[in-house]
Amino acid sequence: MSRVLVGVKRVIDYAVKIRVKPDKLGVVTEGVKHSMNPFDEIAVEEAVKMKEKKIASEIIAVSVGPAQSQEVIRTALAMGVDRGIHVEVSGADYELLQPIHVSKILAKLAQEEKVDLVILGKQAIDDDANQTAQMTAAQLDWPQATFASKVEKTDAGLTVVREIDGGLETIKCKVPAVISADLRLNTPRYATLPNIMKAKKKPIKKVTPKDLGVDTAPRIEVISVEDPPVRQAGAILPDVDTLIGKLKEGGHIK
Amino acid sequence: MLSRCSRAFTTAHQFRRLQSTLVIAEHNDKTLTPITGNAVSAAQQLGGDVTVLVAGAQCGAAAESAAKLTGVARVLVAENEAFKGLVPEAITPLVLAAQNQFKFSHIVAGASAFGKSLAPRIAAKLDVSPISEVIAIRSADTFVRTIYAGNAILTFKAKDPVKVITIRSTNFPPAPEGGSAGVEKAPDGDYKTDLTTFVSQELTKSDRPELTSAKIIISGGRGLKSGDNFKLLYDLADKFGAAVGASRAAVDAGYVPNDLQIGQTGKIVAPELYIAVGISGAIQHLAGMKDSKTIVAINKDPEAPIFQVADYGLVADLFKAVPEMTGKL
Repeated sequence: MSRVLVGVKRVIDYAVKIRVKPDKLGVVTEGVKHSMNPFDEIAVEEAVKMKEKKIASEIIAVSVGPAQSQEVIRTALAMGVDRGIHVEVSGADYELLQPIHVSKILAKLAQEEKVDLVILGKQAIDDDANQTAQMTAAQLDWPQATFASKVEKTDAGLTVVREIDGGLETIKCKVPAVISADLRLNTPRYATLPNIMKAKKKPIKKVTPKDLGVDTAPRIEVISVEDPPVRQAGAILPDVDTLIGKLKEGGHIK
Repeated sequence: MLSRCSRAFTTAHQFRRLQSTLVIAEHNDKTLTPITGNAVSAAQQLGGDVTVLVAGAQCGAAAESAAKLTGVARVLVAENEAFKGLVPEAITPLVLAAQNQFKFSHIVAGASAFGKSLAPRIAAKLDVSPISEVIAIRSADTFVRTIYAGNAILTFKAKDPVKVITIRSTNFPPAPEGGSAGVEKAPDGDYKTDLTTFVSQELTKSDRPELTSAKIIISGGRGLKSGDNFKLLYDLADKFGAAVGASRAAVDAGYVPNDLQIGQTGKIVAPELYIAVGISGAIQHLAGMKDSKTIVAINKDPEAPIFQVADYGLVADLFKAVPEMTGKL
């Protein structure tokens, strides 16, 4: 029986069309719909499934961020997580917080809470960094099973199927380990109303990076955040012949 | 006073001269993966010497190819059973040993599944913040990357002393052949790890060009309705000599394997010609293909967002238009 730590990040909802701030130093987040990072929902679901299969004994959800991060912890609790830890970082500190800082926080918590497994999403859909799991594993000197699409508990540890460029790869790793969830690992459940009500009673502990001894000094300086170049509007063509003609003109067909 | 000034100048000058980059090669025990060539050309933009590290269970051939890439000053080879499957737990200590010996200012890899797994682990060990999927290099410490599924472009300065970078291959031309670097042994060490063991790979077999380097890509989405119907796209792709890709919807529905997925969480491509068939054009899909030179969309829904980025749109039933096109080519 193992204890599992899952990391959850509050991000702008995946369906929202983001807007760059007029000062060009970030994107507009105020008044914009936020939700749990989709990959983290998959990580939570996997942890809850492990508990249902009696592989996991307790699941702890952690989120690092401003006060509203507690909302995504509540969502995780409603999905079946036992308790939450909110590592509060807000304002300018949060804007410059990088996966290196989060990985140090997660590694510290993994040790303090004596967990056997850390499950994270493979990337957050806001910074698209795809770093935190790998860095957490490195901080702990644990094996990393990134981009997992299947995880099986064996006597010796874990057998993980990973999504790689040319197909799939199977690895075995020892526990304790860090897993990063890919899209096809599972389909996350919806929290039911009774579970949402129950989640309100589950505990969320609040700590700061300082409590954990983690330095969050910025590692980068943002120079600008800008809109990507806009593509020229194209033409709707009447038929296949015209399309072939255009592709010939463009030199795509000889 | 004057001497102090000149000393400061010399230090700055030496610092610039001391720029040196380690590129971590990717290969499959037979050949070098093309993305290594893109990483080498990105490394050259950083200034300074470029060293390529080739690690593997069998990597002699890959090391020879790396030595031929223009701009490579030195190739370090580490051939060891420990590197079977290129597990990051074994390669990281090797990179750290090389870093210890040569004190590189930059460590670069391609932003492939391999590079994405490895680079952050190395960066954490060096206590630096890794820099993911760079699309442009402004200077030795200033980089450009996309955030929010390619909907914003972030330019930033990295403050850490060593920069660990992955580069997006479609933004850097491959380094041409024509070099003749010396090949040396990488620092020796006990790199065997029992943390992770490589078991097997199941690679999707295909005669078509590799997706991320293909000149033409024909991609299918939910509109294809079944895996069998993808044959329509394969037939058309054969006429073009094109690679075939897919949207997440097509992958999730089981029409095609996941390694064909193009998008924010799949592969990023930028071919000369991208033909999107039965793909609506969700933000997450556009993130993976909107830098294509020419985009063609074939979709029966005139409101589909894909038409907003397409150079040429055909509002038509793909089951009629695609075979017609195949027949006429």
